[in-house]
Amino acid sequence: MRELTSAKQELHREEMVINMGPQHPSTHGVLRAVVTLEGETVRGVDPVIGYLHRCFEKICEQKTWTQVIPYTDRTDYVAALTNELAYVLAVEKLMGLEVPERAQYIRVIMAELQRIASHLLWFGTFGNDLGAFTPFLYAFRERETLIDIFEKTTGARLTYNYIRLGGVRNDLPADFERETLAFLEKLEKGLEEYHNLLIGNAIFEYRTKGLGVLTAEQAVAWGASGPTLRASGVAWDLRKSEPYLVYDRFDFEVPVGQKGDIYDRCICRMKEMEESAKIVRQALEGLPEGDVVGKVPRVIKPPQGQAYAAVEAPRGELGCFVVSDGGIKPYRVKWRSPCFVHLQLLDVIARGELVADFIANIGSIDIILGEVDR
Amino acid sequence: MMQAVLWSVLKLLIVLTFILLNAMLLIWLERKVSAWIQLRLGPMRVGRPQGWAQSIADVLKLLFKEDIVPSRVDKVLFVLGPIIAFMPALMVWAVIPFGPNFVSADLNIGVLYIAAIGSIGLMSIFTGGWGSNNKWSLISAMRSAAQLFSYEVPLVLALIGVVMLAGSLSLTDIIRAQQETAWYILYQPLGFLVFLIAGIAEVNRTPFDLSEAESELVAGWHVEYSGLRWAMYFLAEYGNLLALSALAATLFLGGWTAPFGLDFIPPFVWFLLKTYLFVFVAMWIRWTFPRVRIDQLMDLSWKFLIPVALLNIALTGIGITIFS
Repeated sequence: MRELTSAKQELHREEMVINMGPQHPSTHGVLRAVVTLEGETVRGVDPVIGYLHRCFEKICEQKTWTQVIPYTDRTDYVAALTNELAYVLAVEKLMGLEVPERAQYIRVIMAELQRIASHLLWFGTFGNDLGAFTPFLYAFRERETLIDIFEKTTGARLTYNYIRLGGVRNDLPADFERETLAFLEKLEKGLEEYHNLLIGNAIFEYRTKGLGVLTAEQAVAWGASGPTLRASGVAWDLRKSEPYLVYDRFDFEVPVGQKGDIYDRCICRMKEMEESAKIVRQALEGLPEGDVVGKVPRVIKPPQGQAYAAVEAPRGELGCFVVSDGGIKPYRVKWRSPCFVHLQLLDVIARGELVADFIANIGSIDIILGEVDR
Repeated sequence: MMQAVLWSVLKLLIVLTFILLNAMLLIWLERKVSAWIQLRLGPMRVGRPQGWAQSIADVLKLLFKEDIVPSRVDKVLFVLGPIIAFMPALMVWAVIPFGPNFVSADLNIGVLYIAAIGSIGLMSIFTGGWGSNNKWSLISAMRSAAQLFSYEVPLVLALIGVVMLAGSLSLTDIIRAQQETAWYILYQPLGFLVFLIAGIAEVNRTPFDLSEAESELVAGWHVEYSGLRWAMYFLAEYGNLLALSALAATLFLGGWTAPFGLDFIPPFVWFLLKTYLFVFVAMWIRWTFPRVRIDQLMDLSWKFLIPVALLNIALTGIGITIFS
């Protein structure tokens, strides 16, 4: 017995510090995580950001109020329309602009379709993180149809520059409704297929259930939002709790998880797609006639002051804070990015778990580095 | 005497060509099967129809790449890794019968020989992973050591049921025994299941490709490898897959024997058909399943596969005593 204990003491132990990223298949872009490992167990995570910093907020101060819109597209490039929406809503609040009802409906439709597109991309890449490559291509099949619809409507596939001050750039194309409804039907089938392929797989459950747990208290304390917060059981959705646009007119549920583990975060996102589809259907039904742009002055010069607008982006609360000195350029634009907040959660949820779970955790909080670094 | 030596050399050459050609064919097949499962086309341009020459183009490209040996690696181990990788994939074929009279060496301990050779594959991954002097490779090497060691046990236990039924360790005898009774997949469904799962883990394919695990460990043990050395690892992977499939076909599906009296099709073709059936199953599994985690992998082996394999041996023993 004594020999055994002495042998145990002599055993040399060392923690290994490993750089995951900025070039790594699963860091979703250019995140660098300095991970401390003991064997395969994660003992600490230190995310290093800034590899995609493009001085977004500073550039905004050099551009006129309208010229900022295309720049907002580039922050969260997976959900460009919601970024535009946050900025435009903030400026409209500052100027007190009236937006025609039809434009508001179109904004809702586009924002919800964008949420579906973003979640589809998340689903694909998350499967990839777990080592299943096939779901990625299935998700992209559906996303492609959606991107085609966006292209027909806005003229672009990724960075749309579609939502303008006082309305939207142009009305919906003639066959928009038919194509969108066809897509939603296709999505329904697709979601079932994803369930059969990945979500319902026993290995998937083993890999996600009970891991990366974020309690409701932790989630609130760290300022989490979106599906990451809701998976922990907090029913906080800006579309319900602080309705903007015309969200209060639609009937939809806010999917909430219970345990706050990776599995709940996944299920929340999958259900959100269904809810978004519901909203789009209702909005298409109730779409009023009229103009798509309200009365907007030729030169945008918001009065001196400040405004904050927040929207429920696919990843969480996306806030935009604008300050005007009365000139033609913003004095300051501040971006409240949900991904930036969630990235800090990595250490909280991944510590003590295995390397493989760490990858699943990164995937489950759905970060877009373009938005973290801006 | 001279003739016999020439004949065995010729047989070896045929086997060698067969494996290399098949490994290349498998790479092409994997691309096409994965493309089919993933709603893509796969290679279409190099060689028509269906891009059949893609693998040839790839091998040529890899041949002409610069041979990089990073300065901080353990040179001996680094160079040795790919060579060891390829060796067992070739050696297994020595005892596998392609037809009634076509087996390079009909060892009377064939099954034992295969079990022994199979374990060498672990060495290559461990040498390469340790020798690379890279953190990812190191984790991967440790993982694969644990994995291959754990799956060796159920794999061999699954073979025991077959050996008990046939009463011989020689693969030719096992096929003859199946010819007389029926395919052993009917007598050994449990054993076959264990063999299939452990076999897929043994050749490092999804859902058990933990040592490669591109989403976690970038590329695992071959992070530092490029060019021809990497190609050796790659070919060995498919050589191993082919060997495993051939083994499964031989032990559980009657090898080269023709089912339902379809004797007009030559035995060699039957052997290939059955082998490729398993190859396809392995590819199908690979492209539809997510990857398990290392601790779950261990649990599966020690807490599920080994008990099931032992149960299978017991059942087989009882069955033999009752029916004979």
